[in-house]
Amino acid sequence: MTETYSPEHKPEAAVSADPNKAAEKTVIPQAQHAAEKAQGEHDIKVKTEKVCVFYGDKQALFDVDLDIRERQVTALIGPSGCGKSTYLRCLNRMNDTIDIARVTGRIMLDGEDIYETGVDVVELRARVGMVFQKPNPFPKTIFENVAYGPRIHGLARNKRELDEIVVHSLQRAGLFEEVKDRMDEPGTGLSGGQQQRLCIARAIAVSPEVILMDEPCSALDPIATAKVEELIDELRENYTIVIVTHSMQQAARVSQRTAMFHLGYLVEEGPTDVMFTNPTDKRTQDYITGRFG
Amino acid sequence: MLSSFFIALIGVAMIAFVAGSRRAVALAGPQISTLHSRPSYHGGYALILAAGPALILLILWLLLGGRILDMMVAARFDEVLSGLSMPQREAFMRDARQLAEGSIYGTPTPQTEAAAEVYRSLAATAEIILGIVLTMLAGAGFLLAWRTISLRKRTRQFVERTIMVVLIACSVVAILTTIGIVLSLIFESLRFFQKVPLFDFLFGLHWSPQSAFVGAGAEARTNPDVFGAVPLFAGTLLITAIAMLVAAPVGLMSAIYLSDYASKQFRAVAKPVLEVLAGIPTVVYGFFAALTVAPFIRRSGESIGLSVSSESALAAGVVMGIMIIPFVSSLSDDVINAVPQSLRDGSAGLGATKAETIRRVVMPAALPGIVSALLLAVSRAVGETMIVVMAAGLGANLTANPLEAVTTVTVQIVTLLVGDQEFDSAKTLAAFALGLVLFCVTLTLNVVALRVVQKYRERYD
Repeated sequence: MTETYSPEHKPEAAVSADPNKAAEKTVIPQAQHAAEKAQGEHDIKVKTEKVCVFYGDKQALFDVDLDIRERQVTALIGPSGCGKSTYLRCLNRMNDTIDIARVTGRIMLDGEDIYETGVDVVELRARVGMVFQKPNPFPKTIFENVAYGPRIHGLARNKRELDEIVVHSLQRAGLFEEVKDRMDEPGTGLSGGQQQRLCIARAIAVSPEVILMDEPCSALDPIATAKVEELIDELRENYTIVIVTHSMQQAARVSQRTAMFHLGYLVEEGPTDVMFTNPTDKRTQDYITGRFG
Repeated sequence: MLSSFFIALIGVAMIAFVAGSRRAVALAGPQISTLHSRPSYHGGYALILAAGPALILLILWLLLGGRILDMMVAARFDEVLSGLSMPQREAFMRDARQLAEGSIYGTPTPQTEAAAEVYRSLAATAEIILGIVLTMLAGAGFLLAWRTISLRKRTRQFVERTIMVVLIACSVVAILTTIGIVLSLIFESLRFFQKVPLFDFLFGLHWSPQSAFVGAGAEARTNPDVFGAVPLFAGTLLITAIAMLVAAPVGLMSAIYLSDYASKQFRAVAKPVLEVLAGIPTVVYGFFAALTVAPFIRRSGESIGLSVSSESALAAGVVMGIMIIPFVSSLSDDVINAVPQSLRDGSAGLGATKAETIRRVVMPAALPGIVSALLLAVSRAVGETMIVVMAAGLGANLTANPLEAVTTVTVQIVTLLVGDQEFDSAKTLAAFALGLVLFCVTLTLNVVALRVVQKYRERYD
């Protein structure tokens, strides 16, 4: 589908009452019902059904049914330990790296179950990229950091193509202007915010369809945070984004849809503006207004 | 007798500690928080004042007491000793000492018996004086502590500072010992280089110090041509290279397996087992090399028509490599584990396989540590002696053929110094020169290893 949003779209617009921002599903107040129809064309990119996660004997997620829409930013909120990061890590099977973790239920990426036997995890992770809480650039040059993914997936046939991918990814991540003169310096030498944008550039470089972000701004100062949020908003044009955040304001600023988790259960899910103005569940209301969490 | 002084001192220390802390508590009354320092610090303060000076005196006496007694006895028997040569004089003193201590001794002369008598009485007096001085020191220290303990007395600072001084003293001992060893190496080596030119030693191609002396009587002189150490350096290098060829890949790969592939349970068992290898005495490795590996290599070499000597560089090198595997793997394992999990996650999140992640992210990040682990392993291999003595032979052949017998620097040091030797001949002094070279090499390796680690350490922190 064509873009409904202009690139200059300001983050705070997401919380405004602009009815264009809402997408259909679940309980939606009457006033927005009409607008939601026009907007409801975002396809479901990832569909999860009855997802449970166990760490050893302990169950961390209980029957999560959640649809993640294409080219939308979905924010996962909830108090610490509510399972939102665990859920996020299911989406590209990062939980596989933890020995004791066990996932049940179905997670469909474009209609295919990613936990089915025979699914190539490497291929999956190339389609579903991830940005972590703490910026984790490799101890390599800025160029090599971004070139890492394309190299292991063989995305560039020669040096010129690789250069193109790297430059393009850095541009998309809004970092190119700042680092173009020092591509050969170590990525670890950048500031925290720049490192995080480098990690986003690194994720973009393999052209994923979905980008998972696990509290990408929690280690950044407010200015760097604003830059990363702006970037997330721009990336929505081409990518489906799922972001875990502890900041209500951030969820409100960058996301179109919000899912609230509590104690391993999905409490409710819906368009961000609805969730923040008129939540149906008492727990969501309490959490958003800061009464617990 | 000295040991009973020590035991008494420990008793005094304990009493002083208890008394000091009790006194502080008593002074504070019900309001314990009015004390500047916790009662245990006041106890420590009393302990240090009471036992510290006495302990220092006791240690000084232990180190110097024998020498002082010797000097006093020697002064008494000056007229007897002045007629004797240096070794005779030392023998006289030794006999006197042994007689005084009641040890068995062959034929006492009247003079030595008299000296022993003097020695005995002097020692007895010294002990009594020592006892009195110690008691006075401890008593005075304790009294001082008892008087000065008060509510606002800053005993915490005093105790902390004393602890620091003790720590400094310990490190000074370690450093001074090292300096002393190095200096003795240097001075003995200088004596060697007066007899054999440095150039001949470092670049000569012929090593056979057993035939170092030519001529006889007044004609006797040292032949500097037989002290060419190049065959030894070459042999050391060859064996070390073989050892590293074995240890580096095996150790490194087992470290990678242990840190990134093995399950927790397997790792918990395998790592200690691997480290047991490091606990095997090198002599045992020597048997293994000489009795199992060397014959095996010789048989398999002969079966394909190679002539292999029964003691070969290959056998020694391979076994030495096995010996340092745990060294390499344990150090590398620590370094690889220190690479943050977040880097592995980042790589996995981009769709890299485990092997790709290790090869392209973990290894480069851990490389400085791995390099330094390997360099430390090299310095270990260079210094290893026993395996080479038993498996590689003593012949100083200048060869690059691993199937021949070679010898190493350490082995030659052993053969030069074993048995009764004169300690001023070029032959024995050569051992010091070799030791100095060995020291320089391992020191350089260690310094380089440390530098490498420091330079790249903060790269992923």
